[in-house]
Amino acid sequence: MATFFGEVVVAPSRAGVDDESAEEACEETPEDREIRRELEKKREVDVLWTLKSGASAGSSAGEPFACSKFIVAIGRNAAAFLSSFVLDSVCWEVVGVVKLWNEWCRTSNTTNVLPTDSFCLFYQLISDPTVLLCQCSCYVAEDQQFQWLEKVFGCMQKEGLQVTILSTCPVADYKTQESTLTLTSPFLKALKTKEFKEQVCCPLLEQPNIVRDLPAA
Amino acid sequence: MFVPCDRGGGSANPDFKGFTLLMPAVSVGNVGQLAIDLVISTLNMTKVGYFYTDCLVPMVGNNPYATGEENSMELSINAEVYSLPSKKLVVLQIRSPFIKNKYRPFCQALLSWVKSSKCARVVLLSSSHAYQRDDEQLLGTPLRYLLTPDLEKAVGGLMQELNWKEMEKVAAYPGINDTEKVLHIPGGGITKLLFTESCSKGIQMAVLLKFCSEGDNIPDAFALVNYLNEWLQRIKSEVSSNNSTDTSSQWKIPSSWRLLFGNGLPPALF
Repeated sequence: MATFFGEVVVAPSRAGVDDESAEEACEETPEDREIRRELEKKREVDVLWTLKSGASAGSSAGEPFACSKFIVAIGRNAAAFLSSFVLDSVCWEVVGVVKLWNEWCRTSNTTNVLPTDSFCLFYQLISDPTVLLCQCSCYVAEDQQFQWLEKVFGCMQKEGLQVTILSTCPVADYKTQESTLTLTSPFLKALKTKEFKEQVCCPLLEQPNIVRDLPAA
Repeated sequence: MFVPCDRGGGSANPDFKGFTLLMPAVSVGNVGQLAIDLVISTLNMTKVGYFYTDCLVPMVGNNPYATGEENSMELSINAEVYSLPSKKLVVLQIRSPFIKNKYRPFCQALLSWVKSSKCARVVLLSSSHAYQRDDEQLLGTPLRYLLTPDLEKAVGGLMQELNWKEMEKVAAYPGINDTEKVLHIPGGGITKLLFTESCSKGIQMAVLLKFCSEGDNIPDAFALVNYLNEWLQRIKSEVSSNNSTDTSSQWKIPSSWRLLFGNGLPPALF
């Protein structure tokens, strides 16, 4: 199939990939298991918080902290948008960092980053500590996305929490009846849950377009 | 793993006791998934929940079965469950590929959910690489079936009546030892794993698959869903009220199948 609702694979055979590995999994030797475990450990996502409220600086913060608004910018463009228009050192302070490694990038736990680095940082609005912001310019691999999600959101109170996710996609991936050459790009599209009752500032994403990876997670 | 939709007024966990679970394998040509799309769309099934799982690549979009403005804004994710209680049918749709090393955990979680929700049987729609067929398989129907021993007892006779072909086993060591035969479903994704696990867990499962290749798999999806209908129509009431012999017209194509092969042409091309 060329495209299909939910089409996310970029490999030549989009279905039935690696069914051999499914069979090999049941014939794992102890050495294979050990190697796989080591690889999994290397690919673990670590979330380190340095919140003033006394939450421990470790991936397992004691109690979930109060959060009313959480803005997540995924990808270099979205992260740059926040750097240019929202963040500054006066109103925002760094309160957390994600440390991870995959074949595409490695982040570190330093908070002094350059725009060209791969990083994933959390900021808190000083005047209202329940407002959090995340800039994630590193690529979070498929097998790490769920972990990232659970570890980050696991630390927050979800009651009354409003989450806004900013990300970008290539225009070439946008499916529309007209040619993409005639579209005025860049343009905004949104997806929202039914719980989101406020006015959305742009049109909703039409079928059959989809969002994948960390923004989708 | 299963999270019910909050429909307000409905019970917390929908009851699937005695239902048939219809689901796809993510396999060559995505034929199973396309066929499931046709079933959900035609029967206008209601979403009753989704799977919260780390085994599939995340994705999200707006309602793929939207028929108009009013129902086009519901979010849809990678593994969702739909039901039609009047036909005792519950359908799982999977929309993205498996993450490496997550086949087995998914199969285990799925089968344990099948048992706990007391589904009577599972029907898995799948496909296999057409280029792997042997000389005999190249002739005749490209559709095959498989039944777990528990389901064989119940419906084996019906398969004979329908004149269906069982999926052939292949030699485990071709050329060396032709007597030992194993089940081999190349391009079938989790089909074989799910089938063998179901056999060992005593679950009634049927696999319906089609030999096909990547390309425009819409005709393959129609063939598979009509194959399914040959069987399910026998034991349930008519899927559609249309009794015509033109079987492709009774299935409703979902709106998300638009633009399957790319955008409109740029006028500057001409």
